[in-house]
Amino acid sequence: MTQAPSTRTHCPYCALQCAMHLQPADDGTLTARPADFPTNRGGLCRKGWTSAEVLTVPDRLTRPLMRKDRNADLVEVDWNTALDHIAERLLTLRAESGPDTVSVFGSGGLTNEKSYALGKFARLALGTSQIDYNGRFCMSSAAAGSVKAFGLDRGMPFPLTDVGTCEVVLLAGANPAETMPPMMGHLSAPTLIVIDPRRSATAQAALAGGGMHLAPRPGTDLALALGLLHAAHIGGHTDRDYVAARTTGFDHTWEHAAAWWPERTEQVTGVPATQIRAAADLLGQAAAHRSAYILTGRGTEQHSKGTDTVSAWINLALALGLPGRQGSGYGCITGQGNGQGGREHGQKADQLPGYRKIDDPAARAHVAGVWGVDPDTLPGPGRSAFELLDALGDGGGPRAMLLFGSNPVVSAPDTDRVRARIASLDFLVAADFVLSETAAMADVVLPTAQWAEESGTMTNLEGRILRRSRATAPPAGVRTDLEILSALATRLGQPAQRFPTDPDTVLAELGRASSGGVADYSGATPQRLDDGEALYWPVRADSAPTPRLFLDSFAHPDGRARFHSVEHRPPAEDTDPDYPLLATTGRLMGHYQSGAQTRRVDELTAAEPDAYVEVHPDTAARAGLTHGQWARLTSRRGHTRARVRLTPTARLDTVFVPFHYAGEQSANNLTNPALDPTSRMPEFKVAAVRLEPDPAP
Amino acid sequence: MNTMTSAPARQIVVVGNGMVGARFAGEAARLDPAGERAHITVVGQESEPAYNRVLLSGIVADDYTPDQIRLPVPDTPGVTIRTGTAATAIDTQQHTLALDDGTHLTYDELVLATGARASFPPITGVAHPDGTPGEGVTALRDLADCQRLLSLVRPGAPVVVLGGGVLGLEAARGLTSRGARVSVVESSPWIMRRQIDKPAAKILGRLYGELGVTVHSWRVASRWIPGTGLELDDGRILPGDVLVVTAGVRGNIELAQSAGIETDHGIVIDDHLSTSDPRVHAIGDCAQHPGGGAGLVQPGWEQAAVLAKRLIGTDPSAAYRGSTPVTRLKAEGIELTSFGTVHEDDDHPDLDTVTVSDPHGGRYAKLVVRDERVVGAVLLGFPEAAATVSQLHDTGAPVPADRLALVQGLPTAAPQDDPADSGESLVCRCNAVTRTDIEQAWLDGARDREAVACSTRATTGCGGCVRDVNALLADLNSANPAPTG
Repeated sequence: MTQAPSTRTHCPYCALQCAMHLQPADDGTLTARPADFPTNRGGLCRKGWTSAEVLTVPDRLTRPLMRKDRNADLVEVDWNTALDHIAERLLTLRAESGPDTVSVFGSGGLTNEKSYALGKFARLALGTSQIDYNGRFCMSSAAAGSVKAFGLDRGMPFPLTDVGTCEVVLLAGANPAETMPPMMGHLSAPTLIVIDPRRSATAQAALAGGGMHLAPRPGTDLALALGLLHAAHIGGHTDRDYVAARTTGFDHTWEHAAAWWPERTEQVTGVPATQIRAAADLLGQAAAHRSAYILTGRGTEQHSKGTDTVSAWINLALALGLPGRQGSGYGCITGQGNGQGGREHGQKADQLPGYRKIDDPAARAHVAGVWGVDPDTLPGPGRSAFELLDALGDGGGPRAMLLFGSNPVVSAPDTDRVRARIASLDFLVAADFVLSETAAMADVVLPTAQWAEESGTMTNLEGRILRRSRATAPPAGVRTDLEILSALATRLGQPAQRFPTDPDTVLAELGRASSGGVADYSGATPQRLDDGEALYWPVRADSAPTPRLFLDSFAHPDGRARFHSVEHRPPAEDTDPDYPLLATTGRLMGHYQSGAQTRRVDELTAAEPDAYVEVHPDTAARAGLTHGQWARLTSRRGHTRARVRLTPTARLDTVFVPFHYAGEQSANNLTNPALDPTSRMPEFKVAAVRLEPDPAP
Repeated sequence: MNTMTSAPARQIVVVGNGMVGARFAGEAARLDPAGERAHITVVGQESEPAYNRVLLSGIVADDYTPDQIRLPVPDTPGVTIRTGTAATAIDTQQHTLALDDGTHLTYDELVLATGARASFPPITGVAHPDGTPGEGVTALRDLADCQRLLSLVRPGAPVVVLGGGVLGLEAARGLTSRGARVSVVESSPWIMRRQIDKPAAKILGRLYGELGVTVHSWRVASRWIPGTGLELDDGRILPGDVLVVTAGVRGNIELAQSAGIETDHGIVIDDHLSTSDPRVHAIGDCAQHPGGGAGLVQPGWEQAAVLAKRLIGTDPSAAYRGSTPVTRLKAEGIELTSFGTVHEDDDHPDLDTVTVSDPHGGRYAKLVVRDERVVGAVLLGFPEAAATVSQLHDTGAPVPADRLALVQGLPTAAPQDDPADSGESLVCRCNAVTRTDIEQAWLDGARDREAVACSTRATTGCGGCVRDVNALLADLNSANPAPTG
């Protein structure tokens, strides 16, 4: 008997979007194995290898759930009952409190087609301005920094394969060895400089390869970036011709960096001045050969000054002459599977498709034209993610929320507060494939298809548009997000043809809506995708894609990149005698985001069954804790439980907790919702805490 | 848009456009970007824009150029900078400041950031009767001093530095980079007398000796002979074309003094940074706070930040309670950090002291601990530890148990119950593949890396274990040749 044909697609998890084959067994269940592709080079991590198991988890939802009122249990109902109920409640609430009383919360995990359709649904079917997504917790600082500097944000404005051939890569707050292991294949040849308070797996790889690990106190990356710019400039590494020809604003930026001589930087960051000078020289020498990259990750971005910190890293890259040249550059390492495409097509509060701004009259006119509506009927900008969550219910904002592909009671900062706000809603709808922690609070839960059960496109961390293929049919009773949006839209009075359910039809419309925009997808046709063409946006119809941006000019009207002067400031809260340690949060190899998927895979759960806290042995001993004991971490907002993991290389003042766990083990019980003034990114990476033995057995 | 009628912005006048005065203006501008709360006028005597005086020794060393050490000028409507203008008198009754161009400024709040000037010791030939430096003599206090020094120094020529404190030693190191032959004279028993202990100074002196700088401690100069050199009290003459005087500073307190404001060595201030006149404030080197701290920039900047919060009104209760700044010598090839209590007797009952002395290696460390907190340290030649130790001091965090490891900058020894040690060593961390797993795969017929990857997933994550897996397979294949056919 011949084996059934496998389906070539991409992994459901992170933005590396590793290619994989899904091989059906005789009983129809799928098994994943790696496929060759430039980003993963035939590799997969544990999450990818086990990804197909999530399709058949025992608690997979296959029928809509609904509760009569807040005190009743969720019970199975048929689709019409669920959808009719949702429409009726939304219309009632809208009649009572206006269109902005219904909100939408999306995800960087949704396909481009779903992101686009969700934004359109919010603006047309609901008429609400209140839409944002969990990508606000990921990419917004890097996106804001890139837009300021370059006039455009594409995470990596170059193919990842370019990085593999350079001499030196500086990774600021990025830990790909843990979070996207196959990416390390591109980082094995270059010498690495890793900036991370922890001796992470990536930091260990850097040291093993003759590179450097700089371990700043959490919340001081911005000072370190200024110190590196100072040392690089004084070390003679500034590319003066490039700065003169291709940038503006260096002199003013230098005046701020001039106050960060290495010894002062050392005192604020805890990074020895000798290391600062050595790192600047290492990077500067590679830059002189046009062979260096600076890449940032969430570690440096998820702060209340994340945008300024990204600007500081970009300033360093610009001074060294890296961006806009083949063989060197600045990029951010996008995290969520469609963190790139998800921020381009209108599920952000301030945005319309094509990375257009919703307050730009020309953008409104164009998109309204594609949608066949009067531009004046489009709502304006709404609240950003945390502000939206914090405004829900008794927060004085929306009374209802529709949730797609997100689990904010685990992934948002200060989860106690977010949970209370969500609980105070009049009406919550969650579309999910399992009963996630947030879905469990909903009034109606709609079972949705998973990645291998539908097709669509994703845009990976390089800005390359990829085809995700359907490998199997959804379980009976499950619908796709596009089908759900269409069914709801018609019940809310929209013409059916306005919300197609076929992904390719939506992609074609997305192409028209994005045409002429910054992120132009009009040339991303199913044919070109199926032919395997490397479609880096912008890709216009009948024209070549753009693997490398900025080679001739940057996206500002004058064609120049802009230095953006920034000043260091302390984190929103610092240590004090009651909260003497800094907690920083992050990811583990075996889990993804809130863990709603990966915590359901036996192999992954067995590897890391519980939350743990990484702590220096002395710091643990002072708290009366030894290895393996349950500890309680308490911040000004809440507390969490985690097992002690002694880590001799840890900073004495810093503990690390992964955030994939829920409930009493949720790291986000601790985190601080202080927001970046530009990107509205919460401060996930610094919270003042104390460490104690857990009182519960 | 606020349509309420708001009070007009208050007038804050700052005297002194140096590091601290300019910093105050910058902090205030950050807190009040539109200048709605206060209008700030900074009056500076120098015609230069504000610059970073801390880096003057870097100009001496040829690491920096003068235009690289300019300080940012707040680009906001609320700040006016008037360079080349000196304040001549304060009228505390009328709240006015007289300027040397004959005009007056009215203030609601006056901030004195007049700084300090070099103090010339009463040694024949060092200073003219009017207080200006003698022939071949310069201080190293401002950019003009720096330019004067560089115009006098020639490669290969001898230079004498009078004053073996931080600035003198930084200048001496910088001058050797320019090819000068340098002698340093210090009247105290040892160099950096205030910041480090005697054993450290001895090793530091040796390090300077290796750089070609001769250090003469506990020697008093008696006469500067232009064109010849500096005569010491023992009759020796140290050759010198130039004499750099770095023997202390005096606060510029005359303006305050003549206005009847209380002064001592400096303008006396309280935790609110106010002088005896509540509308007049003083920060930086001209000020004298009970907690000390003049002479280094860090306390001055902290004071500027606190006063800006108070006067702009974003935090009217902000207070400055003194600081124990960290001294960090900026001298290429020498890593020296010191702070706090370092002169107490080692057998002081409340103090635990760790001392490491390695004269041959040019290293010395002293860590002084009280109640599990670092209260003082001297770290010479321990650059990695210095950063950690000074942060422990700044945050008041307890010291780790292994204090010797701390001063050496080493991680604490791994605990006995190593978490990763579950008996089986991982070959492929990404996919949790052990050596046994790979051996089993080999037994099951996997003879190359691809086959092992297929059955175990090893090497398919980050790829860091490819070499290990290949080596393991080579061993297995050579020990047990695969059957042919």
